[in-house]
This record gives sequence, C-alpha cells and structure tokens, in this order.
Amino acid sequence: MAALTPAVLPDVDAPRPARPRRVRVWRGVVLAVAALYFVVPLLASFVFTVNDPVRGFTLDAYLEIFGAEGFVPSLLLSLGLAAATIVVVLALTLPAMLAVRLSAPKLRPVMEVLCTLPLVVPPITFVAGIGTVLRWGPDHLATTPFYQTVIAIQNPAFPVVLVIAYVVLALPFVYRALDAGLGAMDVRTLVEAARNCGASWPHVLLRVIVPNLKSGLASASFLTLALVLGEYTVARLLGFQPFSVWIVTISGANAAMSVAVSIFSLLLTWLLLLVLSTAGTNRRSRS
Amino acid sequence: MTDTSSTAPARLPRTAKARSGGRRLRSPGWTAALPLLIFVGLAFGIPAVALLGGAFTSEGSFTTANLTESLQGAYLTALLGSVKLSALVAVAGAVLGTFLAQAVVTSRFRALREAVLTASGVLANFGGVPLAFAWIATLGNSGVLTRSLGLDSAGWSLYSFWGLALVYLYFSIPLMVLVVVPALDGLRPQWREAARNNGASAWQFWRYVGIPVLTPALLGGVVLLFGGAFAAYATAAAMVGTVVPLVTLQIADALTGNVLIGHENVALALSFDMIVVAGLVMAVYLPLQRRSAKWLR
Repeated sequence: MAALTPAVLPDVDAPRPARPRRVRVWRGVVLAVAALYFVVPLLASFVFTVNDPVRGFTLDAYLEIFGAEGFVPSLLLSLGLAAATIVVVLALTLPAMLAVRLSAPKLRPVMEVLCTLPLVVPPITFVAGIGTVLRWGPDHLATTPFYQTVIAIQNPAFPVVLVIAYVVLALPFVYRALDAGLGAMDVRTLVEAARNCGASWPHVLLRVIVPNLKSGLASASFLTLALVLGEYTVARLLGFQPFSVWIVTISGANAAMSVAVSIFSLLLTWLLLLVLSTAGTNRRSRS
Repeated sequence: MTDTSSTAPARLPRTAKARSGGRRLRSPGWTAALPLLIFVGLAFGIPAVALLGGAFTSEGSFTTANLTESLQGAYLTALLGSVKLSALVAVAGAVLGTFLAQAVVTSRFRALREAVLTASGVLANFGGVPLAFAWIATLGNSGVLTRSLGLDSAGWSLYSFWGLALVYLYFSIPLMVLVVVPALDGLRPQWREAARNNGASAWQFWRYVGIPVLTPALLGGVVLLFGGAFAAYATAAAMVGTVVPLVTLQIADALTGNVLIGHENVALALSFDMIVVAGLVMAVYLPLQRRSAKWLR
C-alpha cells in the first residue's frame, strides 16, 4: 500500500490537461506502478520456491509436487467435478436460454434474476444453507427413501452435492457467456430455417446452434473449469478434499511446496483462460 | 457465422417473423426452460429456506435471539470489519482501476491494450488460496521482500487489516479495469471535440460530460468490488486465520463447530446478515447498470 498510493494519487489531475506530453508522463507512471504491483508478487513467489536458504537454487519444490501424497487423487477429483459441472450447467442453461429468446421473452427477467442471485449471495452463506440441509437430512429423513439420497450425494469419492453447488455458482458466468454468444447470431432465423427444412429439435440444437455458438460454449466451459479448480469455500466447509483444499492441507508441512503448487495451479488456470481468450479472438477475426 | 455481421438488414424482417413464429414455438419454449428453473429452485431454494428457518429458530421455536446475538460483541466487530475492509478495497480499487483503464484506453499501442485486458481477465479470477500463498511468499513473515528489505524490523505485517486490503486489491483492480474499459470506450471523441469547440476546458469536459456519463459504470464497479471483497473467504482464511475479524471467518468458525452448544444457528443468522448487506449493496447496482447501458450502447 505504501508504495502504491502516493505514486498514483499526485497524478490525479494529470489526464485533464489535453496536452499530449503531460498525458504521456502520467500514463507511463500509472502503467509502471501497476506493472510493479502485479508482477512483483509473482516473481517473488517464484524466487521463494526455488531459493533454498541452505542449498541455494533448487527446483525440488516443483519436483516434489508430483510425488506428494494426495496430489493425484485431489486433482482428479477436481477435474471430475469440473467436467460434471460443465455438462450439467450447459445442459440446463442452453435450452432455457434458447427458449427465452425464441418463445418466452417474458421469462427473461426471471432468468436474469436467477443468474444474478449467486453473485449477490456470498458462497459462504450458500454453504451455510447447504450444510444445514445436509445435517437436517439424517435427523428427519432417516425413515424415508430421501435419506439414501442425502447420503449418496455426499459420497467422498465423488460428492454430487459439490456439483450441485458449483452449477449454481457457475450460473452467472455461463449465462453471460452464452448470452453474448447468442446475441451475436440470428437465432430465430437459423432455428426457423432449420425447422422449416424438417430438422428435429435435438438436431437443431446440436447441428445448428452448437456449431455457431462454439466460442460462447468454450468460454462458458473454461470459466466454469477455472471456478471449480479454484473453489475452496464450499469444498472446505462441507468437508471434501479437492485440489484447492489439498493445497492448504499440505501447506503446514512444506511451505515452499505449497507455494510451488499455488504457482502450478495458477499457471494451469491462466493457461486455460488464455486459451479461452485467444480462441475468442480467432473466432471473431475469422467471421 | 457469416450472417452475424449483417444484423442491420436482418433485423427488419425478423420482427415480422417473430409474431408468426412465436405462437407455434411457445409450448416447447416453456418446457425447455423448466429444468433450469426447477434445478435452481431446488438447489438454491432449499438451502435458502433452511438458512432462513435456522436463523429465526432456536431449539425448534421461533425467535430473533440468533439475530440479536449475531449483531453483538465479537460478531458485530467481525461484520463491521468486513464492511470496512470491503468498502476500502472497493473505493481504492475503483479509483486505481479507473486510472489504469484510462491509461490503457488512451494509449495508441493496441498490443498494450490487448495485453492489459487479457491480464486483467486472468488476474480478476485470481483469488482464493493461491493468491494468499503468493503474497505470503512475497511479504509474509519470511517472505522474499520482507527478508531482503528488512520490512519486519520496520513493523510491517501482512497479516493485518492493511495487508488484507493490499492483497484484495490484487484481484479488485483488474476487475475494475474490465468493468470500466467499455465505459471509457463509450466516451465518444465527438463529445470531447464538441465540448472543446464550445470553449469548454478539459476540466469542464470531465465535470459536465465525462464523469456524469461514467458515474453509473464507476458506481457499478464499486459495488462489484465490494461484493467480491465482502464474500471473499479463502484468501483471508489461508492468510490471516482469525487475526483480522471478518464475518466470513466467523461464519466458517461457527459452521465447523467452534461455537457454544445451542448457539449453532448463530452462523445462519450471521449469513443472513451478510445476505442483507450484500443485497442492499447490489440493489444499488442493477438500476445503475441499466442507466449506463443507455448511454454506452
């Protein structure tokens, strides 16, 4: 904070004079300070992982990751949860959004509210609610068939309850991504043309809408993937151990390795998001 | 994809078609939206009802005791601490993010703009545990910068209110850049030229044209940043434990059983408080967003 505030604030008035020379100085200062603030922690954490106080430069922290206990299962669990979440959220959202665009525009405000709610409601309060339901289950449903369901969705090998929670948390992002994608194409004309030519609804969805919506679907999927890989609150408080929770678990034993895993997971997420953003621009430039 | 560019000519016949096609498509339309509505109703509705029910009951009977307790003592301190931290992060992040965005928007280098926007998209999603660890490695007690600059003897501690604010800004500023760049792009050069032709100074342009047009976007950004900082749990939990009183940490503490017997529902009451605060702040955002969308089309 100390380095950041004074450097930026004195230039508050600088953009207002229209003379280009002063503007350039102001811009250079802002960009330099921003670059410093955003790059230093990344570089410093890299130095932290490779600089052993005793032995000097070493890459051990990175090599240890792959042999660490629990690394593979927790990463696989996270990836599995992400895949399930993506499938469910797309299967639920895409038909609903098409329906709203084509034939039920009155539902649009309802959809918007539903897909904004998860942004308004902090995830931790959502977990508090889910946790209450899950604890309530065994107490009151023990004699009904619902009891087995409550137990089954909490199976630690593949906690379905997390998929349900993640679908809700991902809704806003998926909604925005698909809405932008659908807005860029003439859905009604395409659908009516296909229907007039005798295509069935599944055919329209898979052969007409999906190919035209590739970049929107890709960005929705990547955002969901990034969300699930990084999600900590829900998983931790419901007592499961996907990748993000595992990082914290091991951090007590080996500080350098936990920072190394953090960098590793960051690079993974960034790679995904970069792929997503370049895929988006390629698509745009081609069309 | 070829037809996407030609929206203007396609728009006219479309409205005519909409009427004839709409009736025929109605029944499949409703049914296709049903699964999502039912899913959200169950997955979101049941926990919400459970939360409300729990917040207002104690040992089976209706009471506001939980709510009263959640607004007293350590719980109140935590709630206020969260609000203070989020407000600070929101305002500071909005101001700094706007300057960064303006620097990028007025730049002539397209590559710089693309690079900053891509980086912002990535960094705005950089929350949670990895963020906390990166900062601990940088400025924590045995962090690289702390050791090499001797900050610990100067009284620096990352595990404090200001440390958390510094870390939260790391994902808040990029988010603000993403929010405000479209708005800054929407400030048409013609407006500026018109103002200058009429003899307005640069200050007058910003005072009477620029800032009023940007206000909804700026306030919307503040609200988003507030919401993000208010709801953040993972970063704080991995960084400060319970050193800094925050409402999310208190809720987690109470949920994991660290609470007196018979007071389990205080966590739910605290959650309810949080939703009320977040809801009030968001209620400001939606009308503002609609207003700014009108100008920045």
